[in-house]
Amino acid sequence: MSTITNTIFSPELAERFDKLVTIYPVRRSALIPMLLYAQDEVGYVSEAVIQEIAKRLDLFDLEVRSVLSYYSMLRTKPAGKYNIQVCTNISCMLRGGYEILDHCKSKLGIGHKQTTADGQFSLEEVECIGACCWAPAMQVNYDFHEDLTPAKVDEILAGYSDGKGAK
Amino acid sequence: MADVTITVDGKKITAPAGTLLIEVCKGAGIEIPAFCYYPGLSLQAACRMCVVRQEKVPKLQTACTTQVAEGQVFFTDTPEVIQSRKAMLQMILANHPLDCPVCDAGGECELQDMSFKYGVADSFFAEPKNHREEQKWSPVVYFDRPRCILCYRCVRVCGEGMDDFALGVQNRNSSSIIAPNVPAHLSGVVENGVELAQLDCEQCGMCIDVCPVGALTSGTYRYKTRPWEMNHVATICTHCGDGCKTTLGVRSTSDGSEIVRGDNRDKSGINGDFLCNKGRYAFDFANSTERITQPLVRQANGEMKAVSWEEALSYVGKKLAQLRDSRGGKSIGVIGGNRLTNEEAYLLQKFARSVLQTNNIDHHRTADYVAFAQALAGTTDRTASLRDTLTAKAVLMVGGDPTNQNPATAWNLRTAVRLNGAKLYIANTAEIKLRRQAKAFLHVSEFGYGALVAYLTGDDSSASSAVADVNALSSFRDAIKAEENPLILIGSELRGAELKHLIDFGLAIPGAKFALLGDYANSRGAADMGLLPDMLPGYSRIGPIETQPFDSKTAMEFAAPTEQGLDMLEIFDAAAAGDLSALYVVGSNPIARYGVDPASLRNTFVVVQEMFLTETAALADVILPAANLYEKSGSVTNSYGDLQQVKKAADRAGVRTDFEMIVRIADKMGADVRKLVPFGTGVRADMGQTRGAQSGEADRHAVWLTANNLEPRLSPFDPYAILDEIQRLVPGYGLMRLQLLSGNDQHLSPSATAVTDNNGLCQISNRRDLILPSNDTLFTSGTLGRYSAMLSDLRQNEALRRLPQTDQTAAD
Repeated sequence: MSTITNTIFSPELAERFDKLVTIYPVRRSALIPMLLYAQDEVGYVSEAVIQEIAKRLDLFDLEVRSVLSYYSMLRTKPAGKYNIQVCTNISCMLRGGYEILDHCKSKLGIGHKQTTADGQFSLEEVECIGACCWAPAMQVNYDFHEDLTPAKVDEILAGYSDGKGAK
Repeated sequence: MADVTITVDGKKITAPAGTLLIEVCKGAGIEIPAFCYYPGLSLQAACRMCVVRQEKVPKLQTACTTQVAEGQVFFTDTPEVIQSRKAMLQMILANHPLDCPVCDAGGECELQDMSFKYGVADSFFAEPKNHREEQKWSPVVYFDRPRCILCYRCVRVCGEGMDDFALGVQNRNSSSIIAPNVPAHLSGVVENGVELAQLDCEQCGMCIDVCPVGALTSGTYRYKTRPWEMNHVATICTHCGDGCKTTLGVRSTSDGSEIVRGDNRDKSGINGDFLCNKGRYAFDFANSTERITQPLVRQANGEMKAVSWEEALSYVGKKLAQLRDSRGGKSIGVIGGNRLTNEEAYLLQKFARSVLQTNNIDHHRTADYVAFAQALAGTTDRTASLRDTLTAKAVLMVGGDPTNQNPATAWNLRTAVRLNGAKLYIANTAEIKLRRQAKAFLHVSEFGYGALVAYLTGDDSSASSAVADVNALSSFRDAIKAEENPLILIGSELRGAELKHLIDFGLAIPGAKFALLGDYANSRGAADMGLLPDMLPGYSRIGPIETQPFDSKTAMEFAAPTEQGLDMLEIFDAAAAGDLSALYVVGSNPIARYGVDPASLRNTFVVVQEMFLTETAALADVILPAANLYEKSGSVTNSYGDLQQVKKAADRAGVRTDFEMIVRIADKMGADVRKLVPFGTGVRADMGQTRGAQSGEADRHAVWLTANNLEPRLSPFDPYAILDEIQRLVPGYGLMRLQLLSGNDQHLSPSATAVTDNNGLCQISNRRDLILPSNDTLFTSGTLGRYSAMLSDLRQNEALRRLPQTDQTAAD
């Protein structure tokens, strides 16, 4: 195992990663969870994140980049403080998912994969988030919001703006 | 594995169980198309072109991943299969540009062939094509994104084959692309305001070679010509000691014919699939405008003047004859090259010994082949072929750095480890990249090879001076001793006594085979052919005739001076002392290589046969413009002792082969050319008029030719006349003509006479610098490499390498 000095992660996360690489039959299997955890902490997958993860797993940077670019939930640019992910897959679409998405767009003044000027919100159109029973649904960071209507969305966004929505 | 019988298209085929169906069919003459499948690489099953119908299996199966088992029934050309392949082609062509008329691959494109075969003239896809600009990833690798069909061959050959992992696949779905390892935002290379991704790798160009379409193209060849406009000549690469076969694409020009492309089209060579950057790109020195194309003679005022061939050769002949007669042959030195053919090397030493009457002849020795041959004297089947590096089950490598100096050896070793589970043991003073494939790596202390060899041969006290970590040493030695039939590869750092002791250690292991890795196309041949002051061809020691072994045919026939001559360093010492009247240099640059003071040659008549105005040529009184290895015919012997045929590919008006020049100079000196090059109807028939060994004998050469069913050669410029003599006289060169002329390699073992005293090695121990490993890298090739524009581009590119080198990262 590579010993990492000067890790860019918090001591807790670094410790978690040290453990993570030991629990899979092959070290590189830890790649996707590591990328997700790192993104949560850093906010996005930066060059420094790529390099440290590659080092931890004895991979080439290129291999990390290849995996990283495959998954749409991994991003290489900072998102807003609240990343709004609106589902437009079949159930949500039938129940007005696009209406919700369009509402978010006009409300926030940004499009897909864009971030507001104040860095508070970013918006993404995503595939199924597994909340079909309560469609239309959206996910803000790791919080789910279901049975949405434009009015409800306004309320939710206002909550986040006021700092109340964040858990 | 046990054989099984399967049925393909109603035909019964027997093959070992577990063989891939696509290979079984290939062997039985049933063609199954595939883009992603490439023999020896991991399986991808990405292109779906090889689908076949298997009985009792609901879906079509990919032949490239199906392992055969008893009783299977397959159909490979049913309408269903053909329709499926056609649909796959339509998918591939959906965004593939139809720029075949300008594409480099046009005429050699697998996609083009398949489209032609399956007739996908129309497509369901009417979407506009998504065009992207081509990208320059390095001086030699260009990527044309829309042409890529995502077969992943390049990704696999780079990672698995080259251990470079410089290519990957990024993004998903229809936006998937092949990406190089330096992303655009980190490369620092900006063109027209756009950041460009770069490829940080060994630049071997294997990705270009395996690309089934024209997505990856070569910086030297792209948009220059069409495949069918070239003549394709398979010859031997002039660069390193591996002696790979390379196919040169040549095209006529107004002053000869130029080489446009070097590639590995002919996969029948000793190198199999492989060719490195030098073979692929570094032929361009031949087309250089800096080449000398007229004989130059230094005038009284010190200037060089272009003169006619007749004038230059007469002058050289007259002057050399005069100096030989006035100051003796011993005052003349001869230096040969490492890229001459065997025939030229042999002719040069024969000319030196019989016409110039001197044994002062040497060449730049890149490895100690003399000690190697002597250490193996009296053994049989102990020398390895390059082919053995692919099949050996266990390999010990002491010294050397094949990744940089012998890329084909490195490729073969990696392949042997990957596909055959070969065990690789490496002992080296540097952390060479091949240690990533090694089962055991021993980091030898600086200058520690001698101690290591001593330890291996049983001197436990030298352990601490061999390595820092003594504990690893004994298990390393035990592991090697336990191997059967290991291959022992020796780097050129080991010379003289060290080399001999290492071979002695290896000889105790049953079935061990050896190879000594030198550099340049014919370093081994130069030594074998006797470009040495103390050895005749075939390593028979020069000395009074009665001291020669009974069967030393060379010594018997050579009217050479019986006193050993001066070696490379002594020749220049003699020059400095004013004792050297003339120096004849054929394709070598000793002034730069050995750091000779140019002033030492001021009173010496210097004749140089060279392509370029090198440091040595700059001092010459006469420069004769020479052809290079790509412009002549003959044979070369690689580091391993594999003999291969060199075929004339290119041509340049104004130059002549070294062979022709040597013959012409001998003629101008008044020598009997028939004695030098046996041509025509025999050299002489001695009916007892003379005394000596040959008294009363008919012409031995003519007798030998008749006995071997060979015709007399018609021209004194025919290298095969000398090849006949080599085959007749040089121990170990009992070659097979048909094998040579078919363009195949054959392995020859040097056959030195055993050394009982230590005199044979003492010369080396006195002057270690006589053996001067070339230490070339991937992007240098001695003096010649300086004249390759592409190699110098690659050197500059290398200096900008952006990523940590692979050889400094630990293996997975």
